[in-house]
Amino acid sequence: MNDDLRDLYQEVILDHGRHPRNRRIIEDANHHAHGENPLCGDKLMVFLKVNAAGVIDDVSFEGKGCAISTASASLMTEVVVGKTQKQAEDLFAAFHALTTGGEPPVLPEDLEDDFDRLCVLAGVRDYPVRVKCATLAWHTLEAAMHDAQKVTTE
Amino acid sequence: MIITKAEAGHVYDIDRVRADFPILARPVRGRPLVYLDNSASAQKPQVVIDAESFVYETEYANINRGLYYLSERATERYEASRRTVQHFINAKHSREVIFTRNTTESINLVAASYGRRFLQPGDEIIISGLEHHSNIVPWQLLRDERGIVIKVVPVADNGEVSAEAVAALLGPRTKLVSVAHVSNVLGTILPVADIIRQAHAVGAKVLIDGAQAVMHLPVDVQELDADFYAFSSHKIYGPTGVGVLYGKEELLNAMPPYQGGGDMIHTVTFEKSTWAELPAKFEAGTPAIAQVAALATAIDYVSKLGLAAIAAHEADLLAYATQSLQEIPGLRIFGTVPHKAAVVSFALESAHPHDIAQVLDNSGVAIRAGHHCAQPLMERFDVPALARASFGLYNTRAEVDALVAAVRKVEELFGQ
Ligand SMILES: Cc1ncc(COP(=O)(O)O)c(C=O)c1O
Repeated sequence: MNDDLRDLYQEVILDHGRHPRNRRIIEDANHHAHGENPLCGDKLMVFLKVNAAGVIDDVSFEGKGCAISTASASLMTEVVVGKTQKQAEDLFAAFHALTTGGEPPVLPEDLEDDFDRLCVLAGVRDYPVRVKCATLAWHTLEAAMHDAQKVTTE
Repeated sequence: MIITKAEAGHVYDIDRVRADFPILARPVRGRPLVYLDNSASAQKPQVVIDAESFVYETEYANINRGLYYLSERATERYEASRRTVQHFINAKHSREVIFTRNTTESINLVAASYGRRFLQPGDEIIISGLEHHSNIVPWQLLRDERGIVIKVVPVADNGEVSAEAVAALLGPRTKLVSVAHVSNVLGTILPVADIIRQAHAVGAKVLIDGAQAVMHLPVDVQELDADFYAFSSHKIYGPTGVGVLYGKEELLNAMPPYQGGGDMIHTVTFEKSTWAELPAKFEAGTPAIAQVAALATAIDYVSKLGLAAIAAHEADLLAYATQSLQEIPGLRIFGTVPHKAAVVSFALESAHPHDIAQVLDNSGVAIRAGHHCAQPLMERFDVPALARASFGLYNTRAEVDALVAAVRKVEELFGQ
């Protein structure tokens, strides 16, 4: 295997792809949304439990996708739990810039470590069709926070 | 395993054939290109590329218009191409060959023109469960407009669509049967001759979507007794932008025009226009002049190699690929009828088709991963997507080896 492929499929991604964290249904979720990437047929649901203070107490996802989309969803659940919705949105904006090669917004210091964890997915930048795989979970999270029922990455 | 003549010594000289396709010599991601997405679109031989340039360089003008040398030459060439298509599918008359943009437009033409004129609310159209979206959606549009009923022939676990299964849905209200000749996902070759005979027995017309057939097997529309037959130039090594609709003359004559405009009229006044004769009636506006000319060159190229030789060559590749892929643990092939076209769709337990295609691409192996414009078929087999290797006349056993080696790499990367 050559380096290009290793850049894309880093060990962390393979691990989260094989053993996704928080892939489960939250029965008492107060937000959820469907996401779909018609190009590869991936479908995904994101569940959220947001408390009165606007903090994400619990977050999970359901669905089967490619290694990139599964790993991205899994990592996402790990970093956004315990964050406010505003912080989750900031992370998404930074992640979006990371994967599309855009200008990254300046993140508050307390989010930097979380953002660093997401950087394993930076490799998708070189593969335009895979960007959608990496961002599907995040788009779906955003839809769930705004109670939009369904998003598609196309 | 089937050992064909092709194994001992190819029925045509594969090295020379490969040299005809300039793109096959270019490296991709630093490796020789292994192009196994022929069902999506085929690569072009130099003669086809040259034929298109030749028109622009020497004989280009609009057709059917000018009373001057260039326009006459361009018109002649365009009509010569129509005759080439006529002979290729053995149509009775060249005016039964309509040039469209692609298979999709050919099917839409029939739905819009034949469908609107001849189908009544409650009439039934039969399609199969393995159809490409382009042979599903036009009928749904017609259904929503006309109140017709769409019935779907089930696909068996091995990918078969039997004539009996079609017969089970035929009835007095069946007006049209529209099915693929060859499945773009499973490779299944449908028993279209039997289907047509049965449909005609109840008075229904039949459209065959031949997009995946004409490059793999000889088609004789008269012997089949097909009412309509559609295919695309770009999948048979010709240029993009050209499709063919064959239709029986009496049907085409009875149908209203599909689009209105230049070239399709006899006379126009603001009160009333009268239509041109076939085939012009269905060819409104300026067509893909140079591309139509180059389609004839592609057909000549394929015919010269011989569809029987191509079929033998591809059958060898299919057998070899099927056997080699099956040896990979956790790999499942979808579409296992014994008689099929050289298409292998598969899934791995350890990796999503998208990841398979990505790793293969990294080895220079181009395959398609996705729903292949056949979402109902993906649902039928309960998969979100499939990886698909589809072979053409220029592929080799060495390329099958490259495919298999790359799939094994996927296993290494994603399997535990
Ligand atoms: C069976 C079948 N029908 C129709 C089509 C549509 O062809 P086109 O995109 O050239 O219109 C395809 C293309 O993949 C196909 O495989």
